[in-house]
Amino acid sequence: MLLAEITDTGLAALTYGLGAIGPGIGIGYLVGQSVQAMARQPEAAGMVRTTMFLGIAFVEALALIGFVVFFLGGA
Amino acid sequence: MILGLEFPPLSHIVDWPGLVGEGEWWEINKVVLIYGFAVMFTFLLFWLGNKKQMVPTGAQNLAEVSIEFIEEQVVLPTIGAGGEKWTPYLTSLFFFIFFTNIFEVIPIFQMPANARIALPMFLALLTYVMFNGAGIKEHGLFRYLKLNLFPPGVPVGLYILVTPIEFVSTFLVRPFSLMVRLFANMLAGHILLVTFAVLSAALWTTEWYAIFLPLPAFAMVFFTAFEVMVSFLQAYVFALLSGVYIGMAISHEH
Repeated sequence: MLLAEITDTGLAALTYGLGAIGPGIGIGYLVGQSVQAMARQPEAAGMVRTTMFLGIAFVEALALIGFVVFFLGGA
Repeated sequence: MILGLEFPPLSHIVDWPGLVGEGEWWEINKVVLIYGFAVMFTFLLFWLGNKKQMVPTGAQNLAEVSIEFIEEQVVLPTIGAGGEKWTPYLTSLFFFIFFTNIFEVIPIFQMPANARIALPMFLALLTYVMFNGAGIKEHGLFRYLKLNLFPPGVPVGLYILVTPIEFVSTFLVRPFSLMVRLFANMLAGHILLVTFAVLSAALWTTEWYAIFLPLPAFAMVFFTAFEVMVSFLQAYVFALLSGVYIGMAISHEH
């Protein structure tokens, strides 16, 4: 018995989920390291925060492209 | 249809019928109305910040703090000292994006204008023209291209690899990622809010499973607060990246 029929939408959703793994790990690592830097050197917190947002923006773009591809391919 | 739940198709949550002039080229729908409001609020901010009162009060105070925030948090870290002439552009960019985003959580509107790709695309192209224009004005066309496509300090043989990569990442990926980042973030947030609203509405019954209603209802309140933060953050990131690109284009330290 086929548990779930494989459809375009299902495949697109699965692909988006796979595509979100990398950026998820990336953002987690990035923010973790930034928090550590801010805790070690609170006077540099402003600079670290700006750079952190920049880094997040670059990493996040990959997940968001996956999100757009999900709509192009599936819905 | 998911578990008997009627979920609206994507076109139903981002397409709006015209309020005035249906079918005309100047048709005004909800999204166009939001553009208008955002332009108005951004102008209001500049008008308030331009008052010459020495001791600012009330609204003028708010406007001056906002403009100072852009200068200290966006312009100085990215373009550096001497970049103050870019403050007006980045301030208007930040506040226009913020106002168009924040309509996502304002009752009656509840639609981020940036969930339609037209506005993010226009803003990304504007920044693209701005940073290339600034770089060409600073270095001259030939030197600007040379600095970007043939970065100094690279062994000559490697240019066959470096130049195409630099071309793609500087002139093609930059505007594209700027556009997709803003668009997809706002669309995702909008879909998230619609999902929990639909769930809450479906559980508003007299059946026994109405006891689950608090779950999506609280999630909606939480995500509304989250979307306020995302609206701010996306405006900030867009302005910040515009600043970084402009700063890289006009810097002499390549």
